[in-house]
Amino acid sequence: MNSLGIFLTIAVFYLFSKIYEKKRAFYLNPVMLSIIAIAFILHLTGISYETYMESAKIISFFLGPAVVSLAIPLYKQRGIIKEYSKEIFAGIVFGGTLAILSAFYVAKIFGGSESVLLSIAPKSITTAIAIGVSEKIGGIPPLTAVLVILTGILGNAIGVEMLDAFKIKDRVARGLAMGVTSHGLGTARIILVDELSGAVSGLAMALNGVFTSLILPYLLKLLQ
Amino acid sequence: MMLMYKGLGIIFGFLFIGELLSEAFNLPIPGNVIGMILLTFALLFNVVELKDVEKEAEFFIKNMSVMFIPPGVGVITYWGLIKSQAVPIFGALVISFALTLILTAKFVELLRGGEK
Repeated sequence: MNSLGIFLTIAVFYLFSKIYEKKRAFYLNPVMLSIIAIAFILHLTGISYETYMESAKIISFFLGPAVVSLAIPLYKQRGIIKEYSKEIFAGIVFGGTLAILSAFYVAKIFGGSESVLLSIAPKSITTAIAIGVSEKIGGIPPLTAVLVILTGILGNAIGVEMLDAFKIKDRVARGLAMGVTSHGLGTARIILVDELSGAVSGLAMALNGVFTSLILPYLLKLLQ
Repeated sequence: MMLMYKGLGIIFGFLFIGELLSEAFNLPIPGNVIGMILLTFALLFNVVELKDVEKEAEFFIKNMSVMFIPPGVGVITYWGLIKSQAVPIFGALVISFALTLILTAKFVELLRGGEK
């Protein structure tokens, strides 16, 4: 039953994607629901994670070429990078660093263990890159994956409302903060509110992925 | 359909080079990120043409969500850790989210000095 993992992943994701197509609510996020459903199915049937992963790992293998492919939207939006270069670069250095430090220190204050601190540090970057970064720095990639998705869901659910509550009206500032904080899921929400914010958010997400993967290993050496 | 292999060859080529560099120099940056940076520069300097990789790249990006599921399911093997560390994990998640979102937005807004 080697193909079990692939079949289960695709079938469950297809089902939840269909539901999400009908009702685009943040709590119906198909990735999160698929993870919960598959975990539940494995638990009920007694099938081990290793058996599931035998073929499911083929699906996640494609995260490699998918990350490389992010070069294409980055290249296509080079015009926006040029136009807002100052705010984009300053914002990413500020926001990217803040995302790492705040996650790391808050977890530490609350008594987080070493592996939890390392797993939560890259939580604000896009899942594909975060998994690789987590692995490189000695975190737990599956925990990072789930935390990244939850951070994205938070941004998708209440990010726009929070920016409104704090009276932030600047469209570039709103997009940048959303992309740096809540990557793809945040971008998907703010692009519905404003196109410029959405474009800046998408760029900030990609660039923050690069920035965080470059700086995080060195930042951690300083912190520990 | 033959064209597909050119795009896939370029994408996997850059992935391979990125992984090679990451391992050879023992870099802390994942190989796929290095591949992405190199491909961006290759496009900027016209070493690679956009039309040669665009369709294949879009296919990977559009289907990225499903790729997170298997590593995500792996979290069940850490159930004990998550239960015992629930406060630091979820406390840090929510507080860091709110701080980063609002302070970054305020920072960029100040930087732009009230432009809209």
